[in-house]
Amino acid sequence: MAHEETVYDALDTAHGGEGQWAFGTGFDDPLAGVDTTVPDGVDAADLGAYCLMLGDDALVLCQRLTEWATRSPELEEEVAIANCGLDLLGQARLLLARAGSAGVLGRSREHATDSIPDEDALAYFRDADEFVHHHLVEADGGDFAQTMVRLLVASTFRLALFAQLRESRDPVLSAIAAKGVPELTYHRDHAARWVLRLGDGTPESHRRAQAGVDAVWPLLADLFTATEVETRLTAAGVAVDPAGVREEVRGVLTMVLERATLAVPPWPTERPSPGRAGQHTAELAPLLATLQGLAREHPAATW
Amino acid sequence: MSAVLTDPRDVAGTVTDPELPMLTLADLGVLRDVRTAEDGTVVVTITPTYSGCPAMGVMRADLVHALHRAGFADVDVRTVLSPPWSTDWISEDGRRKLAEGGIAPPGHAPVRAAGPVPLSLGPTRRTASCPLCGSADTEELSEFSGTACKALRRCRTCREPFEHVKEI
Repeated sequence: MAHEETVYDALDTAHGGEGQWAFGTGFDDPLAGVDTTVPDGVDAADLGAYCLMLGDDALVLCQRLTEWATRSPELEEEVAIANCGLDLLGQARLLLARAGSAGVLGRSREHATDSIPDEDALAYFRDADEFVHHHLVEADGGDFAQTMVRLLVASTFRLALFAQLRESRDPVLSAIAAKGVPELTYHRDHAARWVLRLGDGTPESHRRAQAGVDAVWPLLADLFTATEVETRLTAAGVAVDPAGVREEVRGVLTMVLERATLAVPPWPTERPSPGRAGQHTAELAPLLATLQGLAREHPAATW
Repeated sequence: MSAVLTDPRDVAGTVTDPELPMLTLADLGVLRDVRTAEDGTVVVTITPTYSGCPAMGVMRADLVHALHRAGFADVDVRTVLSPPWSTDWISEDGRRKLAEGGIAPPGHAPVRAAGPVPLSLGPTRRTASCPLCGSADTEELSEFSGTACKALRRCRTCREPFEHVKEI
């Protein structure tokens, strides 16, 4: 057979010689060679729905973080935020691919052609009411202080879940969680140091950090009530009941805010997450327009 | 063109990392396994450094490319996610090559215990000697750098900035 002469030929051959799907990386299946058999006694639809929840939380927060590209207060911080976003995008990609391998694709395939991988179909071709992330991650990021408070809350919650998900009975989910834990540890430490620096900084930085806390805090209300899917999967040893990480999250956040000389608002009245049910705020539509516009404008484009 | 290598492990062992070209994928600990299946297919197993590592596609293509050139027609590159990659898997040779390339190699990775992960609020205690002048008097500029796996530091002695592969 003819052998490739450049790596670009190799990439092209790997994709059937027809160029690359333009919007995802398209080069490879992120779960290539991973055994994606759903474990015995686990409902595939539930598993896929759960991976979608965790994947959407990461995808949407990544999109909010990337809004800081070219706008960060300093170059090093821009790189840091982009790196956190990239880690989350990687987690989202694996989780959406896992949802696809479990057969959960929603209505995405009504728009996405067969050549588009599952994770890209889910990211680019679902409508707002099919996204199941918490409102915490879709809310407008506000200023830099609010962005760091939100990153602190979101990474504290996600790290607490992932630390327990390392023991999930689904080996793919368990592996994704084990990879994510050290990444999320970096994100949480980074955000916590900024909240400390801003809260215990100048009167202006303190004022902004406190305003960020006050804006983000009510969104904690949605995080700790399990959906029916989470309840069933927790019983099956696959998922983590979010109520079980409440005290850890509260403890970490309280410690950081107190050290940062910031007032800890009263704990919000908890409620089932509207986001997990596909109900979103008006802030999601423009976010999705930015995320999905190009892929929908030029479906199945290759380069 | 160099002599054809006959062992697929030797061939895969020559493939370098696209972002740290001074290292082979084997030095980096990303190349986990190379074996030949009964039907003659060379099965290569790799693992990503970080979940979002954008270089996985290029790594896969580079491995297939190198093995094809060496005469192995059927190559299957598989991904393994578990156990997660750790900087402890970077070989001694790899650490030396990093330092020679101006990048400070990582220290020991933090122990990953089960249960909740403790928060660290203080300045990072990570240390790294300057790969350019050898001084131990260096400071961290940012925990994140041009790629996910590196932090940015500066040497207080020779004043040069440098990258540091951070422990994970």
